[in-house]
Amino acid sequence: MSEVEESLKRIQGHKGVMGTIVVNSEGIPIKTTLDNSTTVQYAGLIHNLTAKARSTVRDIDPANDLKFLRIRSRKNEIMCAPEKEFLLIVIQQDEQS
Amino acid sequence: MPPKPIKAKAAPTSDPRKRSKRGDGDDLTEVGDGTEQDDWMQAKTLVKPDDQLELNETELKEEFTRILTANNPHAPQNIVRYSFKERQYKQTSSVDQLAVHFALDGNLLHKDSDEARRQLSRMGLSEQKEEEKEEEKEEVAEAEGGAAAEEGGEEGGAEGEGKEEGGEEGASPAPPVAKGGSKEKKLTNQFNFSDRASQTYNNPFRDRGTVTEPPPRASFASNVTQWEIFDAYQEDFEKQEKSKEKKVLPGRKEEGKTKKKFTMTETSNDDISRIESATKIVERMVNQNTYDDIAQDFKYWEDVSDEYRDQEGTLLPLWRFSFEKAKKLAITSVCWSPGYKDLFAVSCGSYDFMKQGNGLIIFWTLKNPSFPECFFEADSGVMCLDIHPQHQHYIAAGFYDGSVAVFSTVERRDGPIHRCTAKNGKHTDPVWQVRWQKDDADNNMNFYSISSDGRICLWTILKNEMVYQDVIRLCLPDVSAEGPDGIKVPTTGCGTAFDFHKQKDYLFLVGTEEGKVHICSKAYTSHFIDSIDAHNMAVYKVCWNHYHPKIFITCSADWTVKIWEMKDKMDKNEGGDDSRKPLFSFDLNNSVGDVAWSPYSSTVFAAVTSDGKAFVYDLNVNKYEPLCEQMVAQKKKTKLTHIDFNPTFPMVIVGDDRGNVISLKLSPNLRKMKAEKKGAPPVDEATKIQREVEKLEKILSMVREQPTEATAN
Repeated sequence: MSEVEESLKRIQGHKGVMGTIVVNSEGIPIKTTLDNSTTVQYAGLIHNLTAKARSTVRDIDPANDLKFLRIRSRKNEIMCAPEKEFLLIVIQQDEQS
Repeated sequence: MPPKPIKAKAAPTSDPRKRSKRGDGDDLTEVGDGTEQDDWMQAKTLVKPDDQLELNETELKEEFTRILTANNPHAPQNIVRYSFKERQYKQTSSVDQLAVHFALDGNLLHKDSDEARRQLSRMGLSEQKEEEKEEEKEEVAEAEGGAAAEEGGEEGGAEGEGKEEGGEEGASPAPPVAKGGSKEKKLTNQFNFSDRASQTYNNPFRDRGTVTEPPPRASFASNVTQWEIFDAYQEDFEKQEKSKEKKVLPGRKEEGKTKKKFTMTETSNDDISRIESATKIVERMVNQNTYDDIAQDFKYWEDVSDEYRDQEGTLLPLWRFSFEKAKKLAITSVCWSPGYKDLFAVSCGSYDFMKQGNGLIIFWTLKNPSFPECFFEADSGVMCLDIHPQHQHYIAAGFYDGSVAVFSTVERRDGPIHRCTAKNGKHTDPVWQVRWQKDDADNNMNFYSISSDGRICLWTILKNEMVYQDVIRLCLPDVSAEGPDGIKVPTTGCGTAFDFHKQKDYLFLVGTEEGKVHICSKAYTSHFIDSIDAHNMAVYKVCWNHYHPKIFITCSADWTVKIWEMKDKMDKNEGGDDSRKPLFSFDLNNSVGDVAWSPYSSTVFAAVTSDGKAFVYDLNVNKYEPLCEQMVAQKKKTKLTHIDFNPTFPMVIVGDDRGNVISLKLSPNLRKMKAEKKGAPPVDEATKIQREVEKLEKILSMVREQPTEATAN
């Protein structure tokens, strides 16, 4: 098992982590721990959002780049880390809720 | 026509003067009428003028001789002209003898001549007629000129006839005109050219059209953003650079190719491995969420109860770092990274002689307490490590089997990049401490190691190898063991700890298993500058104060922590015993595994004991009692082995003998700084150090006076 898979497994093992999704450059999920429909929905929406966020950051300064994006919602937190052609999405439930 | 010359011949002979007169007079009238026409037409009759002299035969035969000369009788004989050459009038010899009596420009043309033809063609038919008439007239006029002897009487009749003739002429010209016309046609139209026009039928118009299959179309729309343009340029720039490089260094081409291939295969092997850094980030984020309360405590929580406790403080446990593989190992050393304030390394091994096994080096970061940042496994227990202060990816480690090694966290390798073997300087006993030193003159990295075999080694890392050099050999001068044959063999001391002076590079302390502390210099390898019988049992740690250049602390298995002052040689000579006594001595009621000076104050230090307790002292506050004595280990039997202060944050990490590392936050009482006056300018580093030294010096001066009382308990 590669190092990445191990760390993905560790992430999944954390308290409150609902799912991890790896999305490729076309917005197609290539690795997921969620069910199909949820995965597709998250992948499509988050991919667009991340692309937009990245575009914003890079438009302000082309030498800059987006490292990650955290969306804190009332119920959970969505963490997105764009990396080269891939996008890693992790959904973690808020502890309090 | 024949009669005409006859007349002409006759006329001049008879009377030239008369004829010319009359001819002149008649000429105009006759030409106008054309009366003389018949005169020569009917020249068969000889007509004599009326006034012709009747001459007899003799008279007729009489010859008149006339000589014609070329001289003009009227020409002047005496013309003179002025000669400029001779400046006088001179008679001109040559006189123009030419006399013109009559001149008339003729307008006759020969019918067949080119010009006549042209004229004819120009004037057309009608003019042709007139032309002819005129011609005739001209001819008549000529004839008249010649026939000077014609009589006036005849003129009347001749006129009448002339008229008749004119009438005839008027009727007759038609045929010649027609003739002339045909002639003319032949001239102009010699090729029988004719214009003729006709219209052909027009072809009917036809339209025909076909429609080809339209080429495939696709609509494309895109927005370009500034960064896309930037990227495109960047890519192009890189391409250009590459092509330049290729041109300049054709020899390197192959090298680059193989490299490329290598990376290509590497990346294509496992697509998902490319998101490694992303997973790392996300893992940290998840951990941050999971341990959110601890992170908040770490950053913001201050123990309020400190205010009511007067002097005492507490240690707040923060993250607990534990790793599956290190569960059965003891933490043998802890070391904060000098560069990254959230990163530290621990070494794992075993202190139990009977239970030696494998070892571990683990890098932990506060950002991810659930899993190590990276780790190295070793076949022997790792007893100590040190992170290089400048090159933070290099770690020196000492093993239980006596070897030392250098690891690199950057180069992705499971094992060390250098490790000594029995052939090149390996210690024969466990290595208890390693410490990086400043790079040497050739900029090679080097570190020292101390082992219980009594050697202190200097290891220098050259390009591909690590070379060693024995710096000092510990021996016990007073005690010597007896050899089998009765010869006294000097016993070697067992080094367990050392520390290098913060300012003076050459100076260092050595602690031994016998409880001695030696002050050594790198320059003298044969003897010690000073030697102290510090403890009754093995010295576990020696440590110079961060601020004061002469103060150091030791801890030992004999339950004590002692603070010493390095004496100058002069002092030593004065009072020999004085140097043997510590300034402070603290009994902690159990074996003291480790002691550490705090980086923020010259008077604060912390120690850990084998019964699981951590102690924090501040000499400035209390010279006898710890400010904090706290049970840190989770289980009763767990021993605490090592402690280290974070260089920036108010926290310590404590390692136990079960592979756990616990991070603890110091409560405000444990890090009391000298109260600064309000409105005072912020102190710079130098004065701060100065103040710390003064603070410690003040306490020391009190102790020096009554050294016996200083020992507590």
